[in-house]
Amino acid sequence: MCSFLEWKELKIVYKRYASLYFCCAIEQQDNELLCLEVIHRYVELLDKYFGSVCELDIIFNFEKAYFMLDEFILGGEVQETSKKNVLKAIAAQDLLQEDSNEPKSVLEDLGLANIASALSS
Amino acid sequence: VKDSMRGLAVFISDIRNCKSKEAEEKRINKELANIRSKFKGDKALDGYQKKKYVCKLLFIFLLGNDIDFGHMEAVNLLNSNKYTEKQIGYLFISVLISENNELMRLVQQNLKNDLASRNPVHVNLALECIANIGSKEMAEMFAPEIPKLLVMGDAGDTVKQSAALCLLKLFRTAPEMVPIGDWTSRVIHLLNDQHMGVVTAAVSLIEALVKRNPDDFKGCVSLSISRLARIVTSSYTDLQDYTYYFVPAPWLSVKLLRLLQNYPPPEDTTVRNRLAECLETILNKAVEPPKSKKVQHSNAKNAVLFEAISLIIHMDSDPSLLVRACSQLGQFLSNRETNLRYLALESMCLLATSEFSHDAVKRHQETVVTALKSERDVSVRQRAVDLLYAMCDRSNAEEIVGEMLTYLETADYSIRGELVLKIAILAEKYASDYTWYVDTILNLIRLAGDFVSEEVWYRVIQIVINREDVQAYAAKTVFEALEAPACHENMVKVGGYILGEFGNLIAGDARSSPSTQFQLLHGKFHLCSPPTRALLLSAYIKLVNLFPEIREDIIAVLESDANLRNSNVEIQQRASEYLSLARNSTQDVLATVLEEMPPFPERESSILAQLRKKKPAVEDAIRARGEKQQQRPASGAADGAAASAAPTAATPTSGGGGGVKLQGDIAGAESNTDSDLLGLDFGGSAPAAAAGGGGAGGGSVDLLSSILDVGVSSSSSSSAAPSAASGASAQRKTVVVGAGASGSIVGEENWHKFVCKNSGVLYENDILQVGVKCDYQQSSGRIVVYYGNKTPAPLAQFASVINLPDSSLTNQLGIQVKPVGDRVGASEQVNEVITVDCMAEFSACPLLNIRFVYSGVAQSITLKLPLTINKFMQSSEMDSATFFQHWKQLSQPEQECQKIFQAKFPMDAETTKTKILGFGFSLLSNIDSNPANFVGAGIVQTKSGNIGSLFRLEPNQQAQMYRLTVHSIKPGVSKRLCELLETQI
Repeated sequence: MCSFLEWKELKIVYKRYASLYFCCAIEQQDNELLCLEVIHRYVELLDKYFGSVCELDIIFNFEKAYFMLDEFILGGEVQETSKKNVLKAIAAQDLLQEDSNEPKSVLEDLGLANIASALSS
Repeated sequence: VKDSMRGLAVFISDIRNCKSKEAEEKRINKELANIRSKFKGDKALDGYQKKKYVCKLLFIFLLGNDIDFGHMEAVNLLNSNKYTEKQIGYLFISVLISENNELMRLVQQNLKNDLASRNPVHVNLALECIANIGSKEMAEMFAPEIPKLLVMGDAGDTVKQSAALCLLKLFRTAPEMVPIGDWTSRVIHLLNDQHMGVVTAAVSLIEALVKRNPDDFKGCVSLSISRLARIVTSSYTDLQDYTYYFVPAPWLSVKLLRLLQNYPPPEDTTVRNRLAECLETILNKAVEPPKSKKVQHSNAKNAVLFEAISLIIHMDSDPSLLVRACSQLGQFLSNRETNLRYLALESMCLLATSEFSHDAVKRHQETVVTALKSERDVSVRQRAVDLLYAMCDRSNAEEIVGEMLTYLETADYSIRGELVLKIAILAEKYASDYTWYVDTILNLIRLAGDFVSEEVWYRVIQIVINREDVQAYAAKTVFEALEAPACHENMVKVGGYILGEFGNLIAGDARSSPSTQFQLLHGKFHLCSPPTRALLLSAYIKLVNLFPEIREDIIAVLESDANLRNSNVEIQQRASEYLSLARNSTQDVLATVLEEMPPFPERESSILAQLRKKKPAVEDAIRARGEKQQQRPASGAADGAAASAAPTAATPTSGGGGGVKLQGDIAGAESNTDSDLLGLDFGGSAPAAAAGGGGAGGGSVDLLSSILDVGVSSSSSSSAAPSAASGASAQRKTVVVGAGASGSIVGEENWHKFVCKNSGVLYENDILQVGVKCDYQQSSGRIVVYYGNKTPAPLAQFASVINLPDSSLTNQLGIQVKPVGDRVGASEQVNEVITVDCMAEFSACPLLNIRFVYSGVAQSITLKLPLTINKFMQSSEMDSATFFQHWKQLSQPEQECQKIFQAKFPMDAETTKTKILGFGFSLLSNIDSNPANFVGAGIVQTKSGNIGSLFRLEPNQQAQMYRLTVHSIKPGVSKRLCELLETQI
């Protein structure tokens, strides 16, 4: 199947990673293949941050998913493509978090084991 | 992963454990009540608690529920010193607060504070929030500030990155708010920044700014090329983390290649060669063995390759690169990756429009046809259709159209409509044998009748009517098509129309005798919708004329209650009119009234307009590329013109009974027809435009005219507005806006005389004579009004005021008055000088109100100022080719105005010429095939731009009537010029 489809004046570029579904709406002249890689890079970032990301990570930490997106893409354009730099920025945010007296992951705390890695390549 | 909002996690967990929708709703409502009471409670909440609740609200919102409180608490969080609280506050606002929320002002104040913060993470939060919301108000407030952050030496790299994209977002919202400043060159030099992330963000901004001011940013071309060269020649280890799966900086490369597509190929040879080397390197890499088997590697590599090909196509100057690009795409056509096949088809579509690569693309025809037949993905098949359409020319048209027709039978419903249009256009454009064209269109109707729009069948009729050589064939073919047990209503329409006109051409054959033709048509009648039935009735009355022997059969149908008393008014009226026509008219009258349709004027196919409506992007892309494919929005949709012309045409010849109406009706049934069909014969049967413009001969259509450029520019009138307004206020006393006119307007007859001349008496009574003398230069004019006192007593308290009855005139005209004194002595004459600047086209007429006291009685006279749009028109000379080119370019329905009217003065050619020249148009000879017709051109000059206008006047001596057609760039202008000239001849 083709990962692109036309929708109104836009193109939808979509990709599925196990239980995670991503789609982007881009303009006619935008680069479709690279958009697929935008999705991939975002998945990599999530994966690196959460460690084998699954949908539960995103549900329970939806705000983090937003913050990471803001570091990576802003105003619809790719802002920083270096994985290292984005993760560095997020790590810096985490350091600013004041009362980190719960060292364990919330998920573990709730007894939810991480679901198998969704990241395929 | 560190997180601390335990309450939030518990809540999310609860929601997930809900067994039903109702349980979930209940849990959410409980939580909302809880949060509400916390927010309202007496106990002050600390920042952490506020953050937690705001975050819960956000989650509830993301689940799809409305949130109607908590906004204030979120805004409060912005004041917090704690980063995470601020951050959640901004997130809530970005996701959830609409830009016209009353809290926005508070938000903006916080944004302002944070932008000024010394802490870069706070600045970044503010920039991200602005970029995510990007409202107009924010643009006003922040766009002037952000460039500083972008070019300031000490701002951190991340701030620069966010600032660039934030500014880009604001620029997209409100470009006028983003200042053009001395920071331009510093922004360009960000292309040289050491930090790749900064360059990546900055290129996007530059690409947008370039579109506004290509010249100011010209310097970015060579810088981008150097940067690109450094990237493509680097090894993948050089760029470290900016290398993506062995591809060096794919995002930055693509953005740079995009940026370069805003400029023509560089003029400087060194720079040009350098770019060519880059592009060659990229093309070379495509054929190297892959450095990785991962799809990310090939995607990133090919993303750069496709963008490079786009740039090659954009420059359209290097044949060897174009051909290489084409062969590379050809390989992708059979790649096993569906995505690549899709993109290859898409890019080839553009290559097909370049003259250098058109033939190279054609070599892949077979592969593309195979794709059409065998691709499993509809998006890919769609691209194949587009490509076949783009690569079609005279040499392969029959084959391609044939393939498309075959595909039509199995095509997805979603693309059938578009496919039908494409087939119809190709068949018409490349028909050398019109029987092939007729077959193709009838096949279309047979295979996909429901998807054949009105335009398609109108068009086949226009072409058959205009081409004598195909008429008999068309009649025979539709007759056979109608013999099928089931046929589409569109086929009945075409059949009815064509047999009504040309049934006689096949009547000799016993198999299609007159009565068989009639029976065949009438056999479909009861299955058809009312509009088709009405059309069939017109066809029947035409058959009465062609075949007197079946008159009685037709009368029987017309007088049946089903028609004569049909609840549909149109059917009823046609039945009764045609009935009396059939019963009472002599054969001569019938023959005149029901004469064969005259040829249609040549015009571009309205089908193209349809297609462009459906596929603006693709069509525009194709159009923007090569002149070969250039199309303008079709003029065909002259529904309004035809409809409004019909009654006009019917009235003057009412002596002819229903006759004229009948022809009008047939034309009316076909809303696309020109009013040439309306029964008034204007001498030259095939209008000159046909002979001159068509070029490719009678029936074929010139689809290729280019986009309008009459050598005049027209910019927005907005720039004129301020000066006009200030002019108006400075002259408050003498120029009044609004309907404050006192007394009724007098002297209308005299006013009309001024349309074609510039001096004379505008008004006269026993007391006062008002004379006018004017002269006009380009967009300015000077009107001198002479007030003559005819009495032996003075006129006291004399004053004149210019009144603008229509407030839009304030923006259209700049009027300055040098007022007269307040007294006109006995038998004295005074004059008043009015200077006028035409800011933009106008239709209304300023009024001149004169007040004075004569023998103790106050008098007030309101005159129309002899100031009309044509006064600002300069005649323009051009040759026949130019004239027709412009004429066709300006034939969108709103650009064209046509009037048919009774002559108001004796129809003397010399007088008419003088009037036309006085009106401001030129008279061009040797353009119209009919020497009795007048054609000419003029340019209306306004401060906001020139408005090219063309006219054609066709006198009909016999009927003492004229038909006047004016084409102009601006819709209102054609109408106004038409109205004005109509009163003069």
